[in-house]
Amino acid sequence: MTNEALQNLISTWIPELEFTEEKSQFLNITVQPEQLHQLMTQLKSNSETNFDYLFCLSGVDWGAALGVVYHLESTAHRHQLVVKVKTEDRENPTFDSVWTIWRTAEFHEREVFDFFGIQFTNHPNLKRLFLTEDWDGFPLRKDYVDEINMIIK
Amino acid sequence: MGINNTPEIPADFPGKVIPGGNGANILVTSLDEIINWGRANSLWSLYFGTSCCAIEMMQTGAARHDYSRFGFEVARPSPRQADLIIIAGTIVNKMAPVLRRLYDQMAEPKYVIAMGACAISGGPFYYNSYSVVKGADHVIPVDVYVPGCPPRPEALLEGMLMLQAKIKTESMKTKVFPIDGFDEGL
Repeated sequence: MTNEALQNLISTWIPELEFTEEKSQFLNITVQPEQLHQLMTQLKSNSETNFDYLFCLSGVDWGAALGVVYHLESTAHRHQLVVKVKTEDRENPTFDSVWTIWRTAEFHEREVFDFFGIQFTNHPNLKRLFLTEDWDGFPLRKDYVDEINMIIK
Repeated sequence: MGINNTPEIPADFPGKVIPGGNGANILVTSLDEIINWGRANSLWSLYFGTSCCAIEMMQTGAARHDYSRFGFEVARPSPRQADLIIIAGTIVNKMAPVLRRLYDQMAEPKYVIAMGACAISGGPFYYNSYSVVKGADHVIPVDVYVPGCPPRPEALLEGMLMLQAKIKTESMKTKVFPIDGFDEGL
């Protein structure tokens, strides 16, 4: 399916979605956190989209907002899609976990939690992955401060 | 056929060989010199590589550059059998205790080469990094620094030959435990 056809189909599911191309090969969808799980479930289960492969899950700190970017692919239809979700809440950012839809998200979400402090509801084992258990703070956030180890340029 | 009475002596042999006839020769040298000569030419390095410098280190050991020409013949998977550790790559805070333990497990005499910018100073991760140790010499004492990002095999070979030259100047009388007086600079 082409990006245009994907947009025409998916926009009929949830009205508030925002579609952009951002000069990339992918169609980008920005979704509200409340609708994330519903959209993801539908993207996987709908036979026309059938996104059965989550090939990248990244945390992003845009400065004001924190968010997660999901890269999806359908191994049957060979089309790809990017889904973005954002929140302004830096104190307690929370999204729904997608690990029940794509099992690989279990570890990717742990990594995002480790470095960005983003919580995922319904995640089975949300704890530090790379950093030590007693680590204080989330080092990939733009406002992270470490006066001992970091030399700021 | 017959016994060759003309001894074939390596050019860098530290001492004098006096032909004694019947194939038996008399060897005159000092213990320091001959031990250092043996040590310098049979350095066994530890398999240790934490990032891209390790690729260049493998190339230095492979056929074209071949560090076994200089006696770095045998790389050992256990620190207890190694004389030399080449720190080939970035050392992060989580790796630092592991590196220190590996070094402590090596039998003396032991030597360290810091290969590449990361092992020398943290390199490209010097600024704005929460995880990288700014130089492996905060963890263990380093004998030879090889700059580069990564260094070419020729540069690493040069560093290894410099280490050999350093070993040849040592004396049992003045040799100290390298960790004594080691300043982590923290």
